[in-house]
Formats: sequence, structure tokens, C-alpha cells
Amino acid sequence: MTNIAVLVKQVPDTYSERKLNESDHTLDRESADAVIDEINERAVEEALKIKEAGEGEVTVLCVGPDRATDAIRKALSMGADKAVHVSDEALQGSDMVATAKVIAGALGKVDGYDLVIAGNEASDGRGGAIPAMLAEILGVPQLTHARELSLEGTTLKVDRETEDGVTHLEANLPAVVSVTEKINEPRYPSFKGIMAAKKKPVETVTVADLGVDAGDLGLPGASSTVLEAAPKPPRAAGERVDDDGDGGVKTAEYLSGQKLI
Amino acid sequence: MAEVLVLVDQVDGEVKKSTFELLTAARTLGEASAVVVGTPGTTGKVKDALASYGAAKVYAAESDDAAAYLVTPKVDALAAVAGQASPAAVLVSATAEGKEVAGRLAIRLGGGVLVDAVGVNADGSVDQSIFGGAFSVKAKAAKGTPVVSLRPGAVEAEQADGAAAEETVALPAADAATSAKVTGVEPVVGGDRPELTEASIVVSGGRGVGSAEKFEVVEKLADSLGAAVGASRAAVDSGYYPAQFQVGQTGKTVSPQLYVALGISGAIQHRAGMQTSKTIVAVNKDAEAPIFEIADFGVVGDLFDVAPQLTDEVAKRKG
Ligand SMILES: Cc1cc2nc3c(=O)[nH]c(=O)nc-3n(C[C@H](O)[C@H](O)[C@H](O)COP(=O)(O)OP(=O)(O)OC[C@H]3O[C@@H](n4cnc5c(N)ncnc54)[C@H](O)[C@@H]3O)c2cc1C
Repeated sequence: MTNIAVLVKQVPDTYSERKLNESDHTLDRESADAVIDEINERAVEEALKIKEAGEGEVTVLCVGPDRATDAIRKALSMGADKAVHVSDEALQGSDMVATAKVIAGALGKVDGYDLVIAGNEASDGRGGAIPAMLAEILGVPQLTHARELSLEGTTLKVDRETEDGVTHLEANLPAVVSVTEKINEPRYPSFKGIMAAKKKPVETVTVADLGVDAGDLGLPGASSTVLEAAPKPPRAAGERVDDDGDGGVKTAEYLSGQKLI
Repeated sequence: MAEVLVLVDQVDGEVKKSTFELLTAARTLGEASAVVVGTPGTTGKVKDALASYGAAKVYAAESDDAAAYLVTPKVDALAAVAGQASPAAVLVSATAEGKEVAGRLAIRLGGGVLVDAVGVNADGSVDQSIFGGAFSVKAKAAKGTPVVSLRPGAVEAEQADGAAAEETVALPAADAATSAKVTGVEPVVGGDRPELTEASIVVSGGRGVGSAEKFEVVEKLADSLGAAVGASRAAVDSGYYPAQFQVGQTGKTVSPQLYVALGISGAIQHRAGMQTSKTIVAVNKDAEAPIFEIADFGVVGDLFDVAPQLTDEVAKRKG
């Protein structure tokens, strides 16, 4: 029996325009369409595969505003069993340190978790460090940026892929894993799955339920402060030529004019 | 002057260029101290290189465990040095591993983590470029020791003389209950091409290249320019090119002097990884392709005509 917690985050759709709030420089989550982060679907898929290969329970853990329930429902309709949703106004503007602490606190709501699976990097913040930070707080091994994962008994093996190449990792449960987009192809929820998801339990909790120091949270508790933020002027289109058999020559002339060759 | 710790990124005693960039950035804040974490003997191999980029001190944290466990030995070493040196800041490269080291260290030190900076200022604030370069942000740590991850290639490395005074740091023994054991490594064999995130020129191919074999056209142009090769996600997903070369939102972020896009449409997620490039050149047979909206120079044409011709021209000009 493997108890798996999957971290799911709702993010602004990258196809829509992303902005920062002018007042406090936090992400303007209202301005963009929100979707479940694609990488999280792969995390859910991997958790379901482990469950299906043996025995286990998959709990979705989501920290985010009320409307993040869409992301939770998507994960449940794929086949996760239940969900814990941490929703609290006090979280608005929380930084990575605070987010990691809240997730660690919320794991206390998942009875005896053995494995935490997350996406390796959210498409909105690109911090790429939450799973590692979570492992630090929990005091368990981190097997992050996994492009392949296998579990035999309580021994976890992972092929980690980063710019440095592939690293083979091994550790015993409990552990924290993050997956890359190469790990699997997530399933589409079936109609049955979508219907079943409506009846699955979602426990909504606030930070007060988690034993996290409220002083660490939100903008006031943030360990870093944004001093200024400004949109960059959009790039303008430059010169464009049609290739009349001399496109390569013209490009070379341009590059040499720019002293690039 | 306060010390600024720099985590040294090295492979078999060869120091990565991004470490020299960190040492350069560290000098704008205080005195640069390099922290070497590796198997016994590593510091001896890298010390001269660190001295030539201005490292005043070199902390040697060496043990057999250092390479046998993931991430935690580096965090242990930095935490130990930070405990004794009370540094003004800790700088690491914003690689996958560097960001993880930075995040964990910030938790240990109770400090703030500033991710993926593109510049470090004398007042301790950093510049960041977010949403694929659509916004620039200036941020500062509000408490504790700031831990900064700096994007490779963002700061130009400048040489300076450093004393490189060596100091030994004792590493605690690794604990398999809290750390993942490294059972094998397959380093990227980049061949003679520069590393994607460090290259000053990147030539990328997209779905328009059509097959793995035909990616040779992209590679030939890259080699004539001394460039790194990149790929769009569609090219990677189609099996034309390995995943570690993917540029974009879920791949690498690159900011070279010149980015050449061959047969890439310019989807927003691809742009997120390359639109801060200084100059962008695009070749696409579709005049309506969105890549042209951000290209400084665009050729509407077949990449199999334009790229080989450009390769020849570059070779000719080199003489
Ligand atoms: C969450 C998410 C994350 C993503 N992350 C990334 C990412 O990190 N990186 C990334 O690149 N994409 C990413 N994508 C995918 C992205 O949306 C696009 O699908 C992808 O970038 C398209 O790649 P492409 O331009 O090579 O292919 P296409 O869009 O198919 O474009 C191919 C282009 O080649 C041109 N062409 C064809 N033949 C020739 C020829 N002979 N000569 C010249 N031109 C030719 C065509 O006109 C066309 O414009 C992501 C998508 C999502 C949803």
C-alpha cells in the first residue's frame, strides 16, 4: 500500500497574456485563463500508474485560491481518490519559502504519506525548487527532475535528467519526487471518471488548520520583496525578405552588418 | 568587506563558465569566496581558475560522499561556511541543480531566495526577467542571508586577480534517510559545441526540419557559426533531437547574442525561452508565422535552401 500525495497547481494558461498586478507586483491571476499546469497532469498520471501496479491511494494536494477547484476536479477525474485544498486569503503573495512550508504542513492532512509527486517546474513561477525545498523541510530524500521512475517495495529508483545529463538515483520511501514532461503521456479523463470525480471528497483547509506560522505567509511574511516591476517593450518585427535564391547571402550580409559574423 | 559565497560548478576539475560569471557578480557586492564541493583533490584542480576570476578565498569541502549524494552535500557545505562567514549573499547558478541548492539553503538559513536573476546590484537587489522576458523586475531579500540563483550567460565574466586563500570545511557524513544516493551518471556529451545556455550563438530547428537526419542542416549552420544547437518542443517530441536541447517554457531559457530559428513557428511557449536574445533571425516558409513578429531579420523561404547557403557564406567570410 503506497500512499501518494500529488501536488497540483492551477496556473494562468500560457496561451493567454500573463500580467502582474500594478499595486503589489503579484501575479494577476484574474487576468489570464487558469488551467491545471500541464506538468501536474503528468505527476497525477505517474501516481496513478504506481497505484494501478500495486495498491495505494492518491491524494491531490493543492494550494491556491477557490477557483483552483477546477484543477483539483481534473486530477480527480483522471483517477485520484481524494483531495486536500488549502485556500486562504493570507496566502496571497506568498513566496517559495512560505509555499513550501504550507505544502509541508498540508501533508500532515494526508495520513502517512509515503511518496510526494510534483511537477518539476511550474509554468508561471519557474522557481523549479519547491519539491527540493519540501524535501528539506520534511527531511526526506529528493529524487527530482525524473524522466523515469520505478518503485520496488519501498526502494525508489529515478533517472534524473537536467542540463548536466542523466543521473541515476536511489532512495527508500518516504521521498519527494518531481517529474519532467518526458515522463509519460497523461490520460484523458473518461466520462465515468468525470462523473465519479464529483462525488470524491475534497477537504478544504485554511492555514490555521496546518500549524504554519502565519507571520511567514503572504506578502508581509515574504522573505523577498519586489521593488519595481515593469513590462518590457514588446519586440518589434525587423526587416523581412523573400528568398529569391539569395536568402542565405542576404542573411550573411545582415549578420556581418551587425558584426555578428 | 563582507564575503559573498559562490558555489563552484565544475566537472572533473573543469570549472564552468557560469561560475566565473558568479564570481564577477559577487565582486559587485563584496569579496568573492568560492566554495568547492567535491571528491578529495578537487580544490587543487580548480583553484588557479578561481583565482583568475577574483576569488579571494577558496573553501574546500571535500569528501567521497560529496559526489555520491544528490544536492544535499552542496547545501551542507554552503550552510557550514555561511554559519562561520556571515556572508552578504550566497550566489549559485540558476541551473536545475543550482535552483534546488538555493531553495534548500534559503530554508536552512531562514533567508530569502531570489530566483533566476539576470543581474546583481551593489545594493544587494537583483534584476529578474519573468514570463519569458515580458516583464522586468527588481527584487530584494527581506530577511536573512539572500540566496541568489543567477541565470547562466546573463552577466559577462571578467577576470581579476584573487588570492584564493584555501580554507578547509568539514562536511557532515551524508544520511541515506534524508538524501538520494547517486548510483550512476551519464554526463551530456556535448561534443565540440558550446553548452546551450552558455553559447553566444544558438541555432535552433523546429518541426519544419522534418526528420532527425535532416537536423544535420541545423548542425552544419551551427558549427560554421561556432553555435550551440537548440530545438523546439515539436522537434523534440517528433524525435528529431534530444530533449535536453529543447528551448522554451518547459525547456531551456537562452539569451544569446544571436538566435537563429529554422522552421519554427514561434509559439508563445517557444518564445518564452528565447525572446530575450539580442538578435533574432528566422527562416520560415510561411510569411504569416508569428516568429517574424519578433525577428530582427526574417527570410520567407525554404530552410533547406537558405540555411546551407548561409553556412557556405559564413565559411567564405571566415576565409
Ligand atoms: C504547457 C506547454 C509548454 C510548452 N513548452 C514548449 C517549449 O518549452 N518549447 C517549445 O518550443 N514549445 C513548447 N510548447 C509547444 C508550443 O506550443 C508549440 O507547439 C511548438 O513550439 C511548435 O514547434 P515548432 O515551431 O517547431 O512547430 P510548428 O508550430 O509545427 O511550426 C513548424 C514551422 O516550420 C515551418 N516550416 C515547415 N517546413 C519548412 C521549411 N522547409 N522551411 C522553412 N520553414 C518550414 C512552418 O511554416 C511552421 O511555421 C509548449 C506547449 C505547452 C502547451
